[in-house]
Amino acid sequence: MEVLDIIKPENQVFCKTKLMTDTSLSYCPGCGHGTAHNLTMEVIDELGIAENTIGVAPVGCSVLAYDFMNIDMTQAAHGRAPALATAISRLWPEKYVFTYQGDGDLAAIGTAETIHACNRGENIVIIFVNNGIYGMTGGQMAPTTLSGMKTSTSPYGRDVEKMGAPIRMTELISNLPGVYYATRQSVHTHKHARKAKKAIQKAFENTRLNKGLSFVEIVSNCNSGWKMTPNDANHWMEENMFPYFPLGDIKVDGKLKSVAQ
Amino acid sequence: MAKVKGAIVVDTETCKGCEVCIPVCPENVISMSSKVNRKGYHYAYMSNPEACTGCTNCGIVCPDRAISVYRVKLTA
Repeated sequence: MEVLDIIKPENQVFCKTKLMTDTSLSYCPGCGHGTAHNLTMEVIDELGIAENTIGVAPVGCSVLAYDFMNIDMTQAAHGRAPALATAISRLWPEKYVFTYQGDGDLAAIGTAETIHACNRGENIVIIFVNNGIYGMTGGQMAPTTLSGMKTSTSPYGRDVEKMGAPIRMTELISNLPGVYYATRQSVHTHKHARKAKKAIQKAFENTRLNKGLSFVEIVSNCNSGWKMTPNDANHWMEENMFPYFPLGDIKVDGKLKSVAQ
Repeated sequence: MAKVKGAIVVDTETCKGCEVCIPVCPENVISMSSKVNRKGYHYAYMSNPEACTGCTNCGIVCPDRAISVYRVKLTA
């Protein structure tokens, strides 16, 4: 059978979801943000909740998420996305509200909003993309930057004595009673991306059941910030990020799981 | 036995040439073209179309969703 005989509309098994606009993504080639955006939108499409979902875009690389996601979106001040999502979900309790944040937004300037939204157990979904660096502003050190990792503001590597240890945000918030589901995923290979999609789906289903806050961390690469090719960055991430940020569910159905350290 | 054959279509103007799709392909179907698109990126193409099974691994890791996947079942 020739290739042209296979390429017919009735044989199509995978294509871009209609909930992503045709705008070209502003991310660097190979950035995990694009995959995370698409997986989120595919889940919303498959659950059929596009009309009832409101997203909150952060400040950071994904500041233009409202240009790419073809649903109702708003944009919060730096770090304040969980506070804005709280307001939206309280005013419209029947809506599905999610925030999409990076590590500089969620774990640095927005720590207070994140922790208090988690503590109150707002009925929202937080999607947290952790790449251990401030990508948009030129690769500065973030709270999640690994020990010894070189960035433009830590050129000799992060000194844990002076700058503190990287924050494991998901473990931190999973101890709060309002958090119903906390998990850490990755999107760099097909296996991890499919798992991450299931986790995002579970998070939105928790919102449907009014269970409280669902927190999905996605460990991602930042090949421009780390100064590597995309595939090298993915290997580096497997070797260096995953030992410190182990993948897997941390809290499921309101119950903590034992975390491998 | 039913055999599965697949094919991919790469949106060459959307592809940013990140090459993330190459290591996830179990059949080594994808290579990078020597040509460039309007943005100046080398884009992915099917260098070994006979081997494609339409598993959608490349599609799901593509950050820009430049890859559409097609699959047919052959009954021989």
